[in-house]
Amino acid sequence: MTLNTFKNVLFSALFIAISFVGYASESPENENDKEFNAKEMIMHHVKDAHEFHIVDWNGKPISIALPIILWTDQGLVTFMSSEFHHDDSGSHIVEKDGMRFVKYHEKIYQLEPNVQELAFDDEHHPTNASLPTDLSITRNVFMMWVSVIVLLLVFISTARVYKKSDHKIPTGIAGFMEPLIVFVRDEIAKPMIGDHKYKKYMPYLLTIFFFIWINNIFGLIPIINGANVSGNIAFTLTLAVFTFLVTTFSGNKNYWKHIFWMPGVPVPMKIFLMPIEIVGMFVKPISLMIRLFANITAGHIIILALMSLIFIFETIAVAPVSVAFSLFIGLIEIVVTAIQAYIFTVLSALYIGMATEEAHH
Amino acid sequence: MDLITPGLGLVFWTVITFLFLLIILKKFAWKPILGAVSDREEGIKKALASAENARKEMENLHADNERILKEARAEREALLKEARDIKIKMIDDAKGEAQAQADKIIEQAQAAIESEKKAAMAELKKHVADLSIDIAEKVVRAELSNKDKQLELVESMLGEAKLN
Repeated sequence: MTLNTFKNVLFSALFIAISFVGYASESPENENDKEFNAKEMIMHHVKDAHEFHIVDWNGKPISIALPIILWTDQGLVTFMSSEFHHDDSGSHIVEKDGMRFVKYHEKIYQLEPNVQELAFDDEHHPTNASLPTDLSITRNVFMMWVSVIVLLLVFISTARVYKKSDHKIPTGIAGFMEPLIVFVRDEIAKPMIGDHKYKKYMPYLLTIFFFIWINNIFGLIPIINGANVSGNIAFTLTLAVFTFLVTTFSGNKNYWKHIFWMPGVPVPMKIFLMPIEIVGMFVKPISLMIRLFANITAGHIIILALMSLIFIFETIAVAPVSVAFSLFIGLIEIVVTAIQAYIFTVLSALYIGMATEEAHH
Repeated sequence: MDLITPGLGLVFWTVITFLFLLIILKKFAWKPILGAVSDREEGIKKALASAENARKEMENLHADNERILKEARAEREALLKEARDIKIKMIDDAKGEAQAQADKIIEQAQAAIESEKKAAMAELKKHVADLSIDIAEKVVRAELSNKDKQLELVESMLGEAKLN
């Protein structure tokens, strides 16, 4: 009891002292020439990028150059992102195949012929450049591929364990992965889809579950958490579209009947329900998309915002508070990684289950 | 706004990556893993079922043994009872027969005694008659050997006749 009380007192004192110091040193005595913009920093981390920026060392950025692939009106153009020399303001021009490109706010613009410099309108939109189709291997694509390699290594070696073992005993990595796979089967696929039809959808459900989970986890690793794959709307959109397609193509007669001509209700109600059900078909995957995107992005924004406090207050004294809070949020985020993967998979399974359900009335 | 605008490039690569991952994992991971897991579950189910069957068989055997033992006991009981009954009956029968035999023998003996007695009686009567005649002959001879006496006798007889 005494030890706990002592600890509490110590911590309270520490926090009060820290907040005082933080308050005291807020005075604008040390003026930086470069003002810190929290929003810009957070957006830069949360959004996709054309190079894998790891850290700034002595004012020099250390980053991994990634290939840029552009589909222009004159064909495919590829070069490495290092050719921009870390420029993101649109001032460094890269010339390839007679076309000139600049990178401005992580977008690659193709300058119009005879234009020497990017010009902007009042809302900072470039006026004299076009956007070619950008199929670059961005850092999200890169991290996604890293996650794919990890998944393949993990699960193919898991499968190999069973091949080696005579009695199919899960040893080593299989002992760890099998409960997760059985969990997806017994707690997600079987109850949502039904004992008879679940088998067909198992590969899809397992793949989205582990694909989302591992990308959520990778998003939490500090050095590489700029790679916010599962917090990118393009990623969640794609997976949601896959679920939509799987659901729609496995929809049986009963499912379509429930959408277009709801059984068991009067005719005016059937007509009234039809548009709602049609909208519902699309709302379901859209909700999947937004839920995963918003949850993961929000987690990143909170952690980054807490870290930004140090730079906003311009004192290292805030650091313990920021670190403590982001540690707390980080712990929650670890739970969220699994929960969001689980929710996405459960709801996908639920929609598939609704589409394949047999009429029972 | 950029944040919620899906980038085409990432969509493109996600589609390709996801389909690749799905196909490869389906073929090389999910199928063997799920197959192994369900095989093992089937195996366990089968093993449990056969154990249950063995247990039932054992139970049946035990019940059979019990039943046979019970039957044997009952049979022994029955045999013993029958033997006892037979013994009692034999004794009873023997007793009855002996009684009847004895009765018969006694009856015969009595009949024989009766007839012997009758014969003895008849013999005795004949002997007594013979003796009486002999005695009477001797007495008469002695009486009639002397004349006086013969007279006396006649006279007495006469006298008696007179009296009558």
